[in-house]
Amino acid sequence: MQPQILSKITYFLPETVLIITLIVCILADVILKKKSLVVSGLAIAGLLVSGYFVYLQYGMEASLFKRMIVIDPYASFFKFLFILSTIFVLLFAVSSKEFRDAEHKNEHTYLFLSLALGAFLMASSVNMLMMYLSLELVSLTSYVLAGYTKKEKRSSEAAMKYIIYGAASSGIMIYAMSLLYGYTGTMNIYETARILTATGTVSSPMIIIVLIMITAGFGYKISSVPFHFWTPDVYEGSPIPVTAFLAVTSSAAGFSVMIRFFATTFLKSSAFVAGSWQIIDGIKWTEIIIVLSVASMIIGNFVAVWQTSMKRLLAYSSIAQSGYIMLGLVVANQAGLTAMFIYLVAYLFMNLGAFYATMMIANRLNSDNIEDMKGLGYRSPFVSISMVVFMFALSGIPSTAGFIGKFYIFSALIEKQMLWLAFIGLANSVVSLFFYVKVVKYMFLMKPDEGYDSKVQYGYGGYVMLMLFAVPTIFFGLYFVPLVKFAEASASFFGLR
Amino acid sequence: MQQHILSILIFIPVLFSIPLLFFKKEWEKQIKSYTLFVSLAVFILSLVLYFTFNTELQDFQFVEKTVWIPSVNSYYYVGIDGISLLLILLTTFIMPISILASWNTIKFRQKEFYFLMLLLEGSLIGVFAALDMILFYVFWEFILIPMYFMIGIWGSENRIYATVKFFIFTMFGSVLLLVGIIWLAFQVQAISGIITMEIPRIMTFSVYLPLDKQIYLFILFSLGFLIKVPLFPFHTWLPDAHVQAPTAGSVILAALLLKMGTYGLIRFSLSLFPSAFIKLTPYVAVLAVIGIIYGALLSIVQKDMKKLIAYSSVSHLGFIVLGTFALTQEAMQGSVIQMINHGLSTGALFLIVGMIYERRHTKEIAQFGGLMKVMPVFSVVFLIVSLSSIGLPGLNGFIGEFLILIGSYNSQNLHSSLYTILSSTAVIFSAVYLLWLYQRVMLGPLEKEENKAVKDISKFEMSYMLPVLFFIVWIGVQPNTFLKLSESSVKKVLMNYEKAKTLMETQGNEKK
Repeated sequence: MQPQILSKITYFLPETVLIITLIVCILADVILKKKSLVVSGLAIAGLLVSGYFVYLQYGMEASLFKRMIVIDPYASFFKFLFILSTIFVLLFAVSSKEFRDAEHKNEHTYLFLSLALGAFLMASSVNMLMMYLSLELVSLTSYVLAGYTKKEKRSSEAAMKYIIYGAASSGIMIYAMSLLYGYTGTMNIYETARILTATGTVSSPMIIIVLIMITAGFGYKISSVPFHFWTPDVYEGSPIPVTAFLAVTSSAAGFSVMIRFFATTFLKSSAFVAGSWQIIDGIKWTEIIIVLSVASMIIGNFVAVWQTSMKRLLAYSSIAQSGYIMLGLVVANQAGLTAMFIYLVAYLFMNLGAFYATMMIANRLNSDNIEDMKGLGYRSPFVSISMVVFMFALSGIPSTAGFIGKFYIFSALIEKQMLWLAFIGLANSVVSLFFYVKVVKYMFLMKPDEGYDSKVQYGYGGYVMLMLFAVPTIFFGLYFVPLVKFAEASASFFGLR
Repeated sequence: MQQHILSILIFIPVLFSIPLLFFKKEWEKQIKSYTLFVSLAVFILSLVLYFTFNTELQDFQFVEKTVWIPSVNSYYYVGIDGISLLLILLTTFIMPISILASWNTIKFRQKEFYFLMLLLEGSLIGVFAALDMILFYVFWEFILIPMYFMIGIWGSENRIYATVKFFIFTMFGSVLLLVGIIWLAFQVQAISGIITMEIPRIMTFSVYLPLDKQIYLFILFSLGFLIKVPLFPFHTWLPDAHVQAPTAGSVILAALLLKMGTYGLIRFSLSLFPSAFIKLTPYVAVLAVIGIIYGALLSIVQKDMKKLIAYSSVSHLGFIVLGTFALTQEAMQGSVIQMINHGLSTGALFLIVGMIYERRHTKEIAQFGGLMKVMPVFSVVFLIVSLSSIGLPGLNGFIGEFLILIGSYNSQNLHSSLYTILSSTAVIFSAVYLLWLYQRVMLGPLEKEENKAVKDISKFEMSYMLPVLFFIVWIGVQPNTFLKLSESSVKKVLMNYEKAKTLMETQGNEKK
């Protein structure tokens, strides 16, 4: 047994590299004894190395550690996503005022890394216990990060709220998992699928209850309604890099484990044939997703309309965006999955970009109130134009990556004759225009108040960072063939053919 | 060069708009001359289209096709027929004129303004040239962005309300259009076995879709277009947007953006779903007639000049919709030429209001009277344009309205000549509101002190009014120059309709 595990350790290299980097960062922090870019540099280097190993693994399929985790294109796709977003957020943190003013030195660097590690494991675990553990690793790290600026009252409050909601929903989830274990006698999701198909008694209400309870855990990670209550408060209270990290990386991690769980556990064994999933008879889990998705879109978009704080607006926008992404899971076929991947990549660039622009603005104005952005288009044109790009992208206007994401999601829905759902989704994007365009309106259509009309200058670093987000947002909106190919190739699970 | 001429026309304005961003704010003159130069170059290039276009052919010409989105077989696919040719020429013609009209009236953020103008020009040409549904949708939607800023930044007091209303209204229609496009693609896939986004190819299959599906698709597509036209009762955004927009914005909105809707009706609603088109004709025709009369009646009572012209647009566009739905050669030709006429006449009316506003900073009709005494040349121009809009024989408006009325009177598709009879009353109303406007503004005693010092039309203003007047007279006297361009394309569109009609009849017989 020992050699068997050791022989497969090479598959675990990306994670191993992350762990080593994490330790090196802690040591470097202790040795340097001051805030330093070296630690961030080390972390980014480690992530790049880890990314290289993921790249080597891409396309392989293997299971390791007694079928605790697997390597497959699906997991690799998410790992790329996590690496990219973690690097971006580390760069974020360098220019964050909140982090600069915090009394901690470099703790955030290895906290980000540990969250990335948890996300890696989430994307690749096929055992419910492993799923739970990795989810908790991500959650625990996020709690610390949310309360990072502990002297700030709002930050501590955010962390507190986050812990309470997190503990409750992950408790519900583990309880449901134990019920499922009692029913099937296994924690492995492939086994579960096999047993559920074999017993044929799956239409029992218990399974539905278990499903709803498990969804509580996932729903909390992706901040879907009705598990979203923490989102606005935590987004508002946490430092912006942390918020961005939660909104993109942590939420993508939630999606990675959620998709795998549903797609694997409730499929007839080895039934991923010809692009469509054979769902086990009697378990209509897609209906749960439909309810969650529609509720997230409607509540997220409608509440966002009334927000005055940019961070809270982005929080509700994130809730709505997870609703759109979940629509891909409703379709439950190759096209839906591909669409979700495309959307997630687009979402990474446009949402991180929106957060970065917000941070640049908030750093200077000392406020993230939308009304304070009046006339900002004339005070700092570059930042404002980028913000416009991100806002239009988030609302899904053509020639941006956001449109491509929406286009593929709705194509998948309409192909499956779910026209009404596509209508709800698209009607929601019209509603979402109200608040995305509101930001544009304040920036460009309104004049700055008297005395507040001086130019706001930024360093070149900030501009370069903005370009890093804005250029792909537009580029993928015009030419997205490689992105689509990559997403299509990644929609493949271990052992499902 | 000729096989790439359409791409050149689309991308020259888009690409050449970028250097503008690097101009210094103070270089006002250079910014304006540069933009004018680019738009004039585009106009001259577009004449290549005119001179090399083969009016005999029914197929699309100047076609370019490159793979764009392989997974749904979407192409970068452009090409034009006679109808789109006329609209592209109108676009390239109106653009330099709007730039000249903004020359002295846009006084701040000029760089951004002219940047948006060029973006608008490129995407408008794109809309009229696109033959791929996704490509069309991208251009169609993109136009919203420059227009949003144009009304929102350079408009008058209530601009933000107007621009948001415009944005949300059109966006609502566009969203339905998107659902329609995707759904249609999958429906056609079910018949033909392959997924495609090419309009000419879809046209050959979509005719055979069952009637109920065609009706759903027709509604999904056409609502977006009818909001853009705008047909009564979707017109409420138009007066707001027109009144608040700067002069150039109003001109572009009236002359070009509204045509996107009528163009979409012909290119998509009619060509793709002819059976549904026939089936739903009565509903749309009733709305069109209501719009024609309602718009005209509202125009009469307006106190604001721009609002008056905006409502007259609702009325005129109703004519174009009616002509399209009549489905006869004359009426359809009339509709196409009327799109151009409305672009010229209403565009010119907005230019005139812009000139008056520039001098007196008000658009309220009651503030004026007797201007003829101080502005003799201007009054002649104003009169010609008004008469052209009313439809005086010898000027352009007459040709369009006459063809539409003749063609729709005997239309089989409309079943009743009542539509035509009712709409022709609007011709009288249009004389009422425009001549009354002219009378209140130009004639009568010159009472107001402020009006006594008003200057006549300047040479500069004349420079961009003259080309418009030239075409107003040309179309009026020698309409065939333009009618022949669209003749065979209109024939082709109508052939499609005949095909659908026989198809519907045979299906009806089978049921019996």
